Amino acid sequence: MHNLLGVYTIWYRDILRFWHDKARIVSAITFPILFLFVFGSGLSSRMGLLGDGVDFIQFMFPGVIGMSVFMASFMAGVSLVWDRELGFLKEVLVAPVSRVSVVLGKALGSATVATLQGTIILIFAPLIGISFSTLTVLALLPLMFLLAISIGSLGILLATRIKSMEAFQAVMQMLMFPMVFLSGVFFPMQGLPGWMSILAKINPATYGIAPIRQVVLGASLDSSFSINLFGHFMSIWNNVAVIAVFGVVMVLLAMWSFGSQE
Amino acid sequence: MNNYIIEVENLAKKFGELVAVNDISFNVAPGEIFGFLGPNGAGKTTTINILCTLSKPTSGKAFINGFDVVRQQSQVRQSIGLVFQDPSLDERLSGIQNLRFHAMVYNVRAPAREQRIEQVLRMVELWDKRNSFVRTYSGGMKRRLELARGLLHYPKVLFLDEPTLGLDPQTRNRIWEYVLELQRREGTTIFLTTHYMDEAERADRIAIIDYGKLVALDTPEKLKRMVGKDVISVKTSDNNKAAEEIRLRYQTEVRHDGGELTFEVSNGEEFLPAFIKEFGTRIVSISLRRPTLEDVFLKLTGREIREEEVSDVFKAMVHQHARRMRR
Repeated sequence: MHNLLGVYTIWYRDILRFWHDKARIVSAITFPILFLFVFGSGLSSRMGLLGDGVDFIQFMFPGVIGMSVFMASFMAGVSLVWDRELGFLKEVLVAPVSRVSVVLGKALGSATVATLQGTIILIFAPLIGISFSTLTVLALLPLMFLLAISIGSLGILLATRIKSMEAFQAVMQMLMFPMVFLSGVFFPMQGLPGWMSILAKINPATYGIAPIRQVVLGASLDSSFSINLFGHFMSIWNNVAVIAVFGVVMVLLAMWSFGSQE
Repeated sequence: MNNYIIEVENLAKKFGELVAVNDISFNVAPGEIFGFLGPNGAGKTTTINILCTLSKPTSGKAFINGFDVVRQQSQVRQSIGLVFQDPSLDERLSGIQNLRFHAMVYNVRAPAREQRIEQVLRMVELWDKRNSFVRTYSGGMKRRLELARGLLHYPKVLFLDEPTLGLDPQTRNRIWEYVLELQRREGTTIFLTTHYMDEAERADRIAIIDYGKLVALDTPEKLKRMVGKDVISVKTSDNNKAAEEIRLRYQTEVRHDGGELTFEVSNGEEFLPAFIKEFGTRIVSISLRRPTLEDVFLKLTGREIREEEVSDVFKAMVHQHARRMRR
């Protein structure tokens, strides 16, 4: 019971900090939007329809949502490294809450913030000719949250081992950009060169972003947007299962690593 | 066994070859102000880290409030408050938000919570600044907020690791007023590390630690008495007559030192008023010099406590100065 309050408190702090940090909210919105409209609009007119009556900017839209969720959730690791560097982590570590609660609170906090950021981007859907029901939004929330908590836990796991801000940022860049670029944010998963297809398919983010796209675009199962794994077209639930398993493993690893390190 | 709030038995901590804490044992009674005095790198912070469950001992045992610091971490953490050497506040939250966070993770229940937060904030005179972001606070204000936070959850023991390091004298005094008030009002045990002598003086008992070893443990008075007696210097209208009178009356050696007479007594503060009252020769001036903790440390370790942290040039100056002062 007390540990639950601990999880809640650590979660709540992250939300408060996000709310205080207006600059972060603004950049959280502008960056993906910039991507969407500059990149998307620029290429959209040349590429025409990609299939299923979807043009490039519409195709990219759910990918950009996934990308902003991905990037925001990775911040869980950054925030942990910051807390260590600025001393606040000590306050948390001597508090009578378990290490497991700390990791859980951090992961949930960053996942909530990331989901919030992803949701804000949904507002721009009408501008690019995508419409969806409230039900779609309700279906997207848990999908974004799932992606966020998995990637956030990966960030926390890294932060338990990489203690300096400089090193963490270097590793994050090295990991984050390839993971985003090879996750099908910017291109359909089918018809990729062999090596790229393999890298994309072992990238866990792919399975977090794919169901978001499937829900937003309502694409058919065997469309060119689906992931074809060993001749099997991944359904929404297939993708969810993969990212969920990855997420559970990451959360457990992060808890174990944090408990043994601090 | 239950008479002590802190019990430490043969505690040791090694980092590879380096022995940071070497077989330390001591007990602290409830309500005591217990000082840990030693130069930087002596093992003070390592000991605190073990006592507050941040670090595990290589060997030995320690109990806080009857709880084992290795096996009952959660109970130990609930029993203690901490003010760290380095700041540990969330600068992006306001003062009151930092305290709320603390109250919640320490399980201070909602009805009492806001009341207690107001009480501690008023005590350290930060109530008016409660809604400002901590990053706008001065160094002294941050330390005061940390102090308020450390005692928010009614800890049995409050650990202060160099609580006034880098603060100006006024702020240091204020901090001490709060600490003493807290100890008086709530009976909190204070465990303090410091390398400031005047700060150590305020402790009920002092443990002197050097190279990880406990070299002495006693009240400041007794420690100082260990080094030597109090020295009284007196100037009179007739020094020769006075010297004779002192010799006869107090059976003690008297030295002529310039225009003054100096002699040693064991309890200078009590001796002085009686001496002035009953002395036959007219006294022109009189002074009492007592051994300081600096002298104690020097005698026990052969080094001065400040030596390590000042630059060589400055060190030489301090040395000369100190030698002159002692003479």
